[in-house]
Amino acid sequence: MATQEIYYIPEGSKWPIVGTLSLFVTFLGGAMMFNSVDAGKYVLIIGLALLTYMFAGWFADVIAESIAGKYSKQVDVSFRMGMGWFILSEVMFFAAFFGALYYARMFSIPWLSGEGQGGHNGTHEFLWSSFQASWPMNVMPDPAKYTQYKDVVPAFGVPAINTALLLASGVTVTFAHWALKKANRTALSAWLFATVALGFIFVYFQAGEYAHAMNDLDLTINGGIYGSTFYLLTGFHGFHVTMGAVMLAVILFRSLKGHFSKKDHFAFEAVAWYWHFVDVVWLGLFIFVYWI
Amino acid sequence: MKGISKLKSSLQKLVLALFFMPLSAMADWALNMRQGVTPISQEIYQMHMVTLWVVTVIGILVFGVMFWSIFHHRKSKGAKASKFSHSTTVEIIWTIIPTAIIISLAIPATKLLIKMDDTSESAITVKATGSQWKWKYDYLDGVGEGITIFSSLDAKSKEISQRDSGLDPMDHVNYLRDVDEPIVLPINTKIRILTTSQDVIHAWWLPDLGWKRDAIPGFINDNWAVIEKTGTYRGKCTEICGAGHGYMPIVLKAVSMQDYTAWVDEKKIAQAASKNTSNIVLNMEELMTKGEAVYKAQCLVCHQANGEGLKGAFPSIVGSPVAVEADNRMRHNQQIIYGKGLMPAFGEQLSDVDIASVVSFTRNAWGNNTGDIIQAKEVAEARKAAKVIK
Amino acid sequence: MSTIAHDDHHDHKPTGLKRWFFSTNHKDIGTLYLIFALTMFFIGGAMAMIIRAELFQPGLQFVDPQFYNSMVTVHALIMIFGAVMPAGVGLANWMIPLMIGAPDMALPRMNNMSFWILPFAFALLLSTLFMDGGAPAGGWTMYPPLVLQTGDAFPFLIFAVHFLGISSIMGAINIIATVFNMRAPGMTLMQMPLFVWTWVITSFLLIASLPVLAGGVTMLLTDKYFGTSFFDAAGGGDPVLFQHIFWFFGHPEVYILALPAFGIVSQIIPAFARKPLFGYASMVYATASIAILSFFVWAHHMFTVGLPIKGELFFMYATMLIAVPTGVKVFNWIATMWKGSMTFETPMLFSVAFVILFTIGGFSGLMLGITPVDFQYHDTYFVVAHFHYVLLTGAIFALMAAAYYWLPKWTGNMYDERLGKIHFWLSLISSNVLFFPQHFLGLAGMPRRIPDYNIQFADFNMISSIGGFAYGITQLLFVYIVIKCAMGGKKARARSWDGAKGLEWEVPSPAPFHTFETPPKLTKKVLESLY
Ligand code: HEA
Ligand code: HEA
Ligand code: HEC
Ligand code: CUA
Ligand SMILES: [Cu+2]
Repeated sequence: MATQEIYYIPEGSKWPIVGTLSLFVTFLGGAMMFNSVDAGKYVLIIGLALLTYMFAGWFADVIAESIAGKYSKQVDVSFRMGMGWFILSEVMFFAAFFGALYYARMFSIPWLSGEGQGGHNGTHEFLWSSFQASWPMNVMPDPAKYTQYKDVVPAFGVPAINTALLLASGVTVTFAHWALKKANRTALSAWLFATVALGFIFVYFQAGEYAHAMNDLDLTINGGIYGSTFYLLTGFHGFHVTMGAVMLAVILFRSLKGHFSKKDHFAFEAVAWYWHFVDVVWLGLFIFVYWI
Repeated sequence: MKGISKLKSSLQKLVLALFFMPLSAMADWALNMRQGVTPISQEIYQMHMVTLWVVTVIGILVFGVMFWSIFHHRKSKGAKASKFSHSTTVEIIWTIIPTAIIISLAIPATKLLIKMDDTSESAITVKATGSQWKWKYDYLDGVGEGITIFSSLDAKSKEISQRDSGLDPMDHVNYLRDVDEPIVLPINTKIRILTTSQDVIHAWWLPDLGWKRDAIPGFINDNWAVIEKTGTYRGKCTEICGAGHGYMPIVLKAVSMQDYTAWVDEKKIAQAASKNTSNIVLNMEELMTKGEAVYKAQCLVCHQANGEGLKGAFPSIVGSPVAVEADNRMRHNQQIIYGKGLMPAFGEQLSDVDIASVVSFTRNAWGNNTGDIIQAKEVAEARKAAKVIK
Repeated sequence: MSTIAHDDHHDHKPTGLKRWFFSTNHKDIGTLYLIFALTMFFIGGAMAMIIRAELFQPGLQFVDPQFYNSMVTVHALIMIFGAVMPAGVGLANWMIPLMIGAPDMALPRMNNMSFWILPFAFALLLSTLFMDGGAPAGGWTMYPPLVLQTGDAFPFLIFAVHFLGISSIMGAINIIATVFNMRAPGMTLMQMPLFVWTWVITSFLLIASLPVLAGGVTMLLTDKYFGTSFFDAAGGGDPVLFQHIFWFFGHPEVYILALPAFGIVSQIIPAFARKPLFGYASMVYATASIAILSFFVWAHHMFTVGLPIKGELFFMYATMLIAVPTGVKVFNWIATMWKGSMTFETPMLFSVAFVILFTIGGFSGLMLGITPVDFQYHDTYFVVAHFHYVLLTGAIFALMAAAYYWLPKWTGNMYDERLGKIHFWLSLISSNVLFFPQHFLGLAGMPRRIPDYNIQFADFNMISSIGGFAYGITQLLFVYIVIKCAMGGKKARARSWDGAKGLEWEVPSPAPFHTFETPPKLTKKVLESLY
């Protein structure tokens, strides 16, 4: 509920329109690349550069306003709500991919292999009579169209280590928060540094795992529904971890500069929330993609 | 002025329709759902009518109250506004009554659905496979097993439907509702119909059977029907499947069991004969006539009557290297046999002599005057040769 | 009411291009949204005119089948994502801060970005009209494998959808933050105008459903370009999976279009009946129930794909159940009129027509929801009739009502009432001539998404097209009325309608650039006079 203070309404700003343009150029470049237009990649790079410029500029403005003490408690609440609901939208984005995984395992593969006839009597009998259900699914209904892999990434190898890394990073970021609340700057920076490091180590391991899967196991995105769900889920997650780790690094940098106070450190919390979200998604991934 | 008189009769019907809607909704004047010719389709019709009446009555009551209020509680009539703003009792009532109505509709719907779901103990099984843009029927089980039929839009509709054809659709009663070869089935027999597809999703719909089912590539759906009356029943593809979606009708001829078995015997002989045509030799004139017929039946939807195709979607055959260059004869034959990209394969559907004539035709029509003659034998060889089409 | 009247002495506004491109002002952004929506309504409408012209007679007269399909596809995408949704967000921008006594939206800069994305996203989409292979032509539902046959337009379609999704999600977040964080002190949730309520709930729907669509179209992209097999049985996927994803978004989406319309009508009917809204609390609960239920009915668009029977039964029951809370809303509107003291200015006329025609659309919806019978209706013009009743004579009529209702507040002038009434009656008649016969066409067996048809359907198609042209031309009158009103006319009072209640009527007309810079004091007495 509103407080009586005057609400801060920013003056007109160029950042939103720069942001829009940068996204537009990025999408345009991407679309051109898909259509094999040579200039596409340059357009894409310009778009991404603009995007970075926009983020830097926009956040710089917000930071400056925040330091200048223009924000009331109420503005802070608006920011918090914004971040919270944004994370929910991200959850729903991942839900689509988890849904696809669930659907493939619970419905389409059983139907194709003749289990649980459902509404699809005859699918197995007349179309894919040699196909048998399995998970991970390595023999495709049409083996000619998709590549076979030698093996899949076992859960209790690098993925388990990665789970430990991310869980640990969830703990370290919380320690950092506690340190911040006690205004213990050294501890804050140390814990944050540990979190960033854990994040990047995770990404490093994940990249190694990808290389191993593609080169040694022949597991590619073209490997049927298993390869599709595996790479899309872990890929988008890896992308989010990378973004999260970069954001954490920025926060680390800012806390070294002394931007945050005991009471007022929303940016820190927002990134921490985001980090926890990435963490939880990984747990889902570990369980449903790698393990069972 | 045909247009104007058309307009007049349309307007008359509009007036009729608006004023006699509830009445005419019952008459069979192309205003209402068809009752169909299977027990299921009739039950569906009943269910439709019941629901229609239920909502009509609800509508009359609800709008009646509203109009009463609009006429009597208006300021110009001196109505003073009351102050009330809620009443728990009426709110509960108007939650419970609709719930009750819905439950009473859901019960018969559930029973009907369960009945429709049971495809067991069918005597004949037919698989309908959609492709852009025709249907293929394989008789899998029961009398007629082994028959295959390809069924696409009739040549006359194809011609009329060309843009700027100058032909009037009004001249063809079954415009876009006829096929070259209908599927034939016996009456009073439980028939199981499987639907699937080769390329994109289609849907197989015969209103007189009471249902439609999607034809999904890689999956099979099944459904059933017992047709109770002989006759010709018409339907359409009802899932958007590209440019030819409107040109993919379904025609079913329901005949007595006797006629059906007779048809099966005849069909089997004809099918055996058409398998072996590679020894037939035709002269140029025969090839052109036959080729034109095949072209109109199979190729015209995409490549158009003038052979120029549709820009961006279907390439022109006029002047196309495949169709004019001498060393592309093999490619040309195999293009038809195996298809390519969005162009479907015709190898299974067309006999050697059919392919030979349509290839000859396209190499000589519309100014592609190559003078090339392709005989069935060459097609038979093209079938055996290594694939040059990727 | 002097306690909350505004001091407009320092009404400074930025000028020139900066005012519009850099704007952080909810009223300016709202105006931009509304103008954009109207423009898109005309572009989408022009495409509908091409559709109706081609269907005027059997035979192909004007366009090729492929182009026809493009028109259908782009018409729908534009109307839904370009006209109705932005118009709703525009109204939310303009009115929510005024209604809850807030100085602006909670996140004004993000608000600007939500708007400016729209023209760029539609630039991506509309540019495909000039590409090799033409604009997307697989229907707005984008089902694979057909949509994967799209030419160069394909990545543009996908990215346009992503882009629009980003815009809508940001808009929704903004509205939620505004409503939960910026209400004037003393206003509880259950004292908010119903329009605000419907928009909060709509925002939840947006945040929960649009990312799922984004995920779905991403999978289309990877299926086409990266060799994944989500929608290909040969690799263990299923084309129907996309339909589940699409409609998990798609059904909530239709309520995203409908709920704000419910909100609008719930403001207008009490104003012209001069009587409080009947059953406020049950309206809120009904809206919430509709929203929750809308996530459990998606497969009613897919009854014919061959779902297991248990699934079909579940989705049939859930679908039919939605009639109950929707019915509660309809009954509440009628009870609001009951024993009122009604007058029938244009906003009220559109609202009354909305109640009737939306209900008719709802009735056909209920019929569609009965699975075995939907086997006959599905993908015929019966469905087309259903959704145009709820969308055109539903959502669009409500938006028209809103425009007339708040135009005095926006421009400071009254619109021309006589012309407004003419616009209403012509729209009412022509839209019914346009869409009522389509019920008959569907029942008689005419499939949707076809450019040409058998002569048995000729009469009703001609009638429908005539209605369509009449409706289209009538909308030019609307533009004239709006421009005329913006240019001048009878000066509007702060409270432009004598029955109108709510904080938005406490500020002058036109609403000054800045309002409620200090929150209004809502004493109990003030609140009572408001609602
Ligand atoms: C604003 C948009 C909107 C709204 C509000 C609705 C509302 C409803 N819709 Fe509609 N619908 C669409 C937009 C909308 N729809 C669109 C765009 C499509 C097609 C998409 C495509 O394929 O392209 C579609 C398609 C569609 C289908 C799929 C048809 C098919 O393809 O086969 C179905 C099936 O169940 C359906 C059902 C319903 C139901 C039950 C409601 C209910 O919410 C209606 C409830 C309202 C009432 C019932 C009236 C008021 C109630 C009373 C007066 C109480 C008493 C009444 C009774 C007891 C009956 N809709
Ligand atoms: C909010 C949504 C919305 C709105 C407002 C409309 C408005 C209209 N729609 Fe639309 N429609 C859809 C959503 C909507 N539609 C959807 C979702 C589909 C399904 C698509 C699919 O199958 O994928 C569809 C499909 C659809 C079809 C079915 C096509 C097919 O299946 O083959 C038809 C056919 O008549 C149609 C017609 C119209 C008409 C005539 C209007 C009119 O109300 C438009 C009126 C507006 C104008 C006309 C603009 C104003 C005037 C001018 C531009 C001036 C010029 C005027 C003249 C030259 C006369 N629409
Ligand atoms: C469903 C639409 C469709 C039908 C029906 C169809 N074609 Fe095609 N045709 C195509 C498409 C698409 C191509 C382009 C294929 C490619 O190169 O990817 C093509 C290519 C060709 C070519 C090669 C042209 C070139 O320059 O590459 C020839 C020749 C041809 N078709 C002949 C025929 C004949 C003869 C028939 C009938 C027996 C026929 N087609 C039926 C869609 C169709
Ligand atoms: Cu096949 Cu539509
Ligand atoms: Cu729906």
